[in-house]
Order: sequence, then structure tokens, then C-alpha cells
Amino acid sequence: MASNYDVTKEEIEEIAGVNPLRCMRCGRCSAACPSFDNMKYHPHQFVAMVENGEIDALMESESSIYKCMSCMACIERCPRQVQPARLIEAVRLAVVRKQGQNHLTPDDIPALLDPDLPQQALVSAYRKFTK
Amino acid sequence: MQRIGVFVCHCGTNIAATVDVEAVAEAAKSVPGVVFSADYPYMCSESGQDLVKESVQKYNLTNVVICSCSPRMHEKTFRKAVESIGMNPYMLEIANIREQCSWVHKDKEEGTEKAIMLMKAACAKATLNTPLTPGMLPVTKRALVIGGGIAGMQAALDIAEAGYEVDIVEQKPTIGGKMAQLDKTFPTLDCSSCIVTPKMVDVGQNDKIRILSYSDVEEVKGYIGNFDVKIKRKARYVDEDKCTGCGLCTEKCPMKKVPNEWNLELDTRSCVYIPFAQAVPKVATIDPRYCLKLNKGTCGICSKVCGVGAINYEAKDEIIEEKYGAIVAATGFEIADISRYDEYAYGQSPDVVTSLEYERLMSAAGPFGGHLLRPSDHKEPKKIVFVQCVGSREEESCKGGKEYCSKVCCMYTAKHAILTKDHYPDTDIYVFYIDVRTPGKLFDEFYRRAVEQYGVHYIKGAVGKVTPHKETGKLEVQGYDMILNEQMHIDADMVVLAAAVEPSHTARRMATMLTAPMDNNDFFTEAHAKLRPVESATAGVFLAGMCQGPKDIPETVSQASAAAAKVIGVLAKDQLVGNPCIAHPDELMCNGCSQCAGVCPYGAITYVEKEFRMPNRTTKMRRVAQVNEAVCQGCGACTVTCPSGAMDLRGFSNNEIMAEVDALCL
Repeated sequence: MASNYDVTKEEIEEIAGVNPLRCMRCGRCSAACPSFDNMKYHPHQFVAMVENGEIDALMESESSIYKCMSCMACIERCPRQVQPARLIEAVRLAVVRKQGQNHLTPDDIPALLDPDLPQQALVSAYRKFTK
Repeated sequence: MQRIGVFVCHCGTNIAATVDVEAVAEAAKSVPGVVFSADYPYMCSESGQDLVKESVQKYNLTNVVICSCSPRMHEKTFRKAVESIGMNPYMLEIANIREQCSWVHKDKEEGTEKAIMLMKAACAKATLNTPLTPGMLPVTKRALVIGGGIAGMQAALDIAEAGYEVDIVEQKPTIGGKMAQLDKTFPTLDCSSCIVTPKMVDVGQNDKIRILSYSDVEEVKGYIGNFDVKIKRKARYVDEDKCTGCGLCTEKCPMKKVPNEWNLELDTRSCVYIPFAQAVPKVATIDPRYCLKLNKGTCGICSKVCGVGAINYEAKDEIIEEKYGAIVAATGFEIADISRYDEYAYGQSPDVVTSLEYERLMSAAGPFGGHLLRPSDHKEPKKIVFVQCVGSREEESCKGGKEYCSKVCCMYTAKHAILTKDHYPDTDIYVFYIDVRTPGKLFDEFYRRAVEQYGVHYIKGAVGKVTPHKETGKLEVQGYDMILNEQMHIDADMVVLAAAVEPSHTARRMATMLTAPMDNNDFFTEAHAKLRPVESATAGVFLAGMCQGPKDIPETVSQASAAAAKVIGVLAKDQLVGNPCIAHPDELMCNGCSQCAGVCPYGAITYVEKEFRMPNRTTKMRRVAQVNEAVCQGCGACTVTCPSGAMDLRGFSNNEIMAEVDALCL
């Protein structure tokens, strides 16, 4: 498959820590999703499309990856530990990384330090916004 | 001098693909004591067995070593073969070069090397083997059936039919089990009580069957042919022999607000109660949790109205001891707790029910007399949503669900849909399913009838959320249709959840008492998944019904009859052949410390004072261990406990084991 982004399904699976083969196609993720009507691809489709290696389409579908509210309802409902929200997050992360810019450098960090801000948030922001 | 023959099996390619069987046979020739060796494609076949027999005679073999599959598979086969030509069967040894060698190795060189080592170890042990003769055990010609559901009843009836006495122990006040709570059965829509209550009556009237209802098995000791069982007969405060089941006490009892477990607590019953009209035995029981007389010393009305003086507030739990030759475990199932599935609002709205509750709602003997009404406002539901696989087919790490498919839900949901549409054609029914599983005679036809003839909406998808709306009394169901790839919202009047089935909560305790293995879902494990599906690995314990795995009524009845046939096979014998591989103490080495008696799980070891000859014509009394050969199961716990090495196991003696270890390590 010709790819515009050169992101493999293995990379997405690794970032997400998810094995889409565990999915048994029950649809509980999409049944629970509060953003369902706003998304082009729905949570269960993320699972199937990652499994099929259709990563480009997911990365190009802004309505899908940015309408997900990360509410984790799909993870809560999933009976097989597939965790669709983590796959969506992984695609989002792949898009951010492909933007080719360092939005956050180590030098920026001291200015952002706020005693109320969980360290985890900084670490994850650094991971997301740095190439 | 021992003359050993070594026979190496190819098992087709099972062994030969990863083990050079010819090299193993060749290597055997240089093992001390081996006078003959050969390899053969299928040693267990008739011609393979003939090869063993002919070689024994031709080369005057005293011992035989078979290098093949696990002894669990074919040790019996080969022992029988050599026995048929007059050799003592315990002179035969198996080297497991399949399960423990060829199946776990990929490299042929390594596999061959290990197979040769296993063969050498077996030869070392065979050299020390001595002929053993099994003792005979008596058989108590009575059976115990644990559980009085359809499985237990069928097993008991079949055993009684063959002329043996059977006791059924049932923890509830009546037999009948879950089947008696069902409204109809799939796929024929037979009325469940109409077919199960005559069975209950048959059991009750059979003079070979004794029903010990409202009772628990407390302790099981012994072994096949000779089980000693303690049964607790819980105090029912009503004399079973005097009570006529007239029901006057239940009418007059002022404590009417007791949750009725028979109707899954959808209504209430009196404190002194008969679970349902066709109960067997039809005897009242006082619920001690609610009785005013027992708790506060007041009331006493039931005793006053009882015309036969059957009420006895002084009754106490009683333990009875019985002997049995065989036991059938038929402990059945429960509906799993689904309260942790908040999304379906079970427990938040009375109109969200499990399928078994729906069964009671539809039943003519149920809380609404067979008129389908929803529990909250007693109105007829017009729109019902059924949700499949609630708690089944779910990884345990998710919400503690069951990994297995509960098997019966697809069919009973189709049944509920058909019955509801049949009685109330203007009802709208939606069934959310992951897969519809209908393997069984006339099962798929039945499901298709629900769709094609009754217009039930089957939706491939799932329910994400159920929101009860107090004002409208509706349940807003948010679901997902996978075929249309659309989310949908249904304003339903009722939601029915096909909750997972799980083994009875008493099953684990029972399995421990029976020393019967279970799987990690607490289902009893059969002795062989394909070929011994109704036997437990524990001799003399047989399995029937849901306690072994999810199954429907005809499968349960078949398994119960099969278990009964196995029980009859045991009880029909006057004596059983024992296991000669049992413990025996060397009295000269035994110091009487009693440690072996402490670890013996079967209570087979006792101590006796015995007179021993000492130097200079003196004698001395010493305390030494004694093994009851009929009770010992040869587990070997005593041999490893004995500090002086006096206890030894026939057929697996310390010398034999050490010879094997030496052959492997030296």
C-alpha cells in the first residue's frame, strides 16, 4: 500500500500498547461513544483499520482523531481489553510527530513548571510535541 | 538376571518427526539388561502389541520398556497386552517420549538425545521392578447425587431404574433446580414445569430414591466403592414426616414480607413457606432469618394452626453419616452477578431485569400470574430491548467477566422474543447481539422464526448506555448498529440482560471435598475432554450438567444419564480391583513418630504396638506404622515425609526412583 506518512500499523500498536486482534467485533465501544455522530471513523473502525494497516486514512481524518474526547468510555466498555481510545491517541500522536516541528524544547520547560501541574502532564506533552 | 525388551513407538510422525526412533532403539541395545529392542510405527495398534507379546515369548523377556506417549494414555493398554501372555503387568515401564519429549522439542538432535536419556531411566527403573498383585476392594452398592436439579434427578432416576439405592442431597427445600423456574423451553416451547414437575414426582415416589432436601454435604472421605459422607440436614423447624403440605401455616404466617427467592425476589413470600405448588417434597420450611418465634419468642401462629403438630421450633441441624459406592456431582449453576455493569442500569431501574427474572415475569406461576408486566408500574411493556453477552465472552481483567460463552443465552433470548411477540404482537423487540450462536437441532430454524415470522429486530451491535428517565418511566437505550454503522437511541419500556451463567458457588467447596479437579472458572474438569466427558479425574466421582460447563437441558439430561451408566458400572461390580502401588512401612526402620499418619490425606495409616525380637532372646514392644491397603491411594506423601526412610511406595520405591535419577544424571 502506498503510504503518505510512512507510519506502520506496528508503530501505532506499539505506541498504543494494544493488540487489535483481541477485538471480537461486539461494537460496545461505538455504542458507548458520545462523539459518535461527529466522527467519520468510529472507535470500532479504528480497531479494524489499524488491524488492516489503513493508517493513512485515519491520520487524514481530522474529524475522527480530534473529535474523540478521550473520555475513555470505549475502554471502560470493551470486554476484551482492546482499548480503542489508546489507538486513537496513538494515531493523534503519529500526526503530531509528523508535523515535523519541535513544539516543546527542554528549555521551555522551566517556564512551564507549576506546582499544581502534574509532572505526568509535562512528560506526556513533551512526548507528544517533540519530534 | 533381568531380560529387558525396549520398544520404541513412532506414533506416526508425532514422535518420529523430532526423535530419531531408530537411534533410540539402537542405543537401547547397549543398556545393561536389555536383550532386545525394536521400533514400530504404532506400538499401540494390534500388530504393535503383537510385536511386544511375540518378543516377550521369543526372547524370554522379564521386563518391558515402551518408549511412547504418556502413561496416562496407553499404560493400561500395554499392561493388559503383557498380562495376556502371563507377564506381571507391573513389570512394564513407559518412557514418555511424546508429551515430555517430541512435542516440546523442535530440534531432532536434542529430541533424540533426550529420548535416549528417558529410555535409559526407564530401563534403570524396570531392572528393579517387582511383580505386584492388586488387592480387591468391596463396593457399597448405593449412590449419592449432589444436587437435585434436572441433572441430579435424571441421574438418580436412571441409577434407581437399575435397582440401586440413591440419595439426592439438595440444599434448597425442594428439588427441581433452575429448570423448574423456567417458563418454556427452546426450541419446542414446551412448558418447562409441565415436563419437569412429573420428573420431580417420579423422583419423590421412587422407593429407591431418598431425597435429602434442605441439606448440605459436609464431608467426603474414602474412595471409589467406599465413600464415607457426612450430610448436614439443616433444621427446617417442620417435621418432614408429619407435614402434609396443606399450606395452612403459610397462609396464616403474619410475616409476609420475605423476599421470595423462587421468584428471584420480584415478590415476597411468608416466612414459613413451600417454595411453589409442585414442590417435592411438599413440606413447609421456616426461614429462621425472619421467624418471629425463633428470633423474638413471639407469634407461634404456625404451630397453633398446624393440624398435625409438625412445627418444631426446637429443631437443630443434624449430621447424618452415610456410605456410598459412587458420587454424581450435579451442583448446577447460578446467574452471575451483573451489578458491576452500571451502563445497563441494572439495580438502578426495576425494569432492567436478567433473563431468568424475565422468565419468572412471564411464568404463569410467577409474580404476575403469567401476565407480562414490567416491575416498576405494572404496565405492559411495549418496547423491549434484549442485550446479549452481559458478562460472558469478556476478559476477566476487564470487569471480572467470564471468558467463556454461556451457550444458552442466544436460544433463550430467541424464545423470550417469540413468546412475547406471540402473546403481545404489538410489542417492539430489539435484540443486540455480537454473534447469534445456534448450534443444535432445530435451533437455527427457531432463531430465524423469531426474525422472519415474528419480526424481532436483531441488531448486530451493542448497547453502550441505558438511562432511566423517572418522569417518563422510559429507559433510554443508546445502542450501535454495526451493519448500518449508526448509533441509535431507543425509548424502551424494559431492558432484559442475558447475564452470564457461572458454576454454583458451592462447587469449589464440593470439589475440594471430593478431591475433584476444577478449571479456573470453577467448572468441574472431566477426566478426558473427548473420551471421558462424564467422569471426574477422581475415581468414583461423576459429573452431570452445568457444573461441568454451560449446557442446555437435553445436553444436561444426556450427560446425567451417561453419568448414571458409569455409576451403575461401578455399583454392578461386587469387588473393584485396587491399586497395588501403595505405601508399606519397613517395620524395622520405623521409629513410630506418626508423621506419616499426619500427612496421609486418606487416613490410611494407623499405629500398632508390636513385639520385636531383640538380641539375646529378648523381645521389645515397639510402636510401628501400619497401612490400610484398601484405603491407601499411593499418593506417596508419607514416603517423602518419613524421616527414617521406612515408608516406601510399591511400584515407585525410593530405590527405583533413585535408579532413574542416577540414569539421568550419572
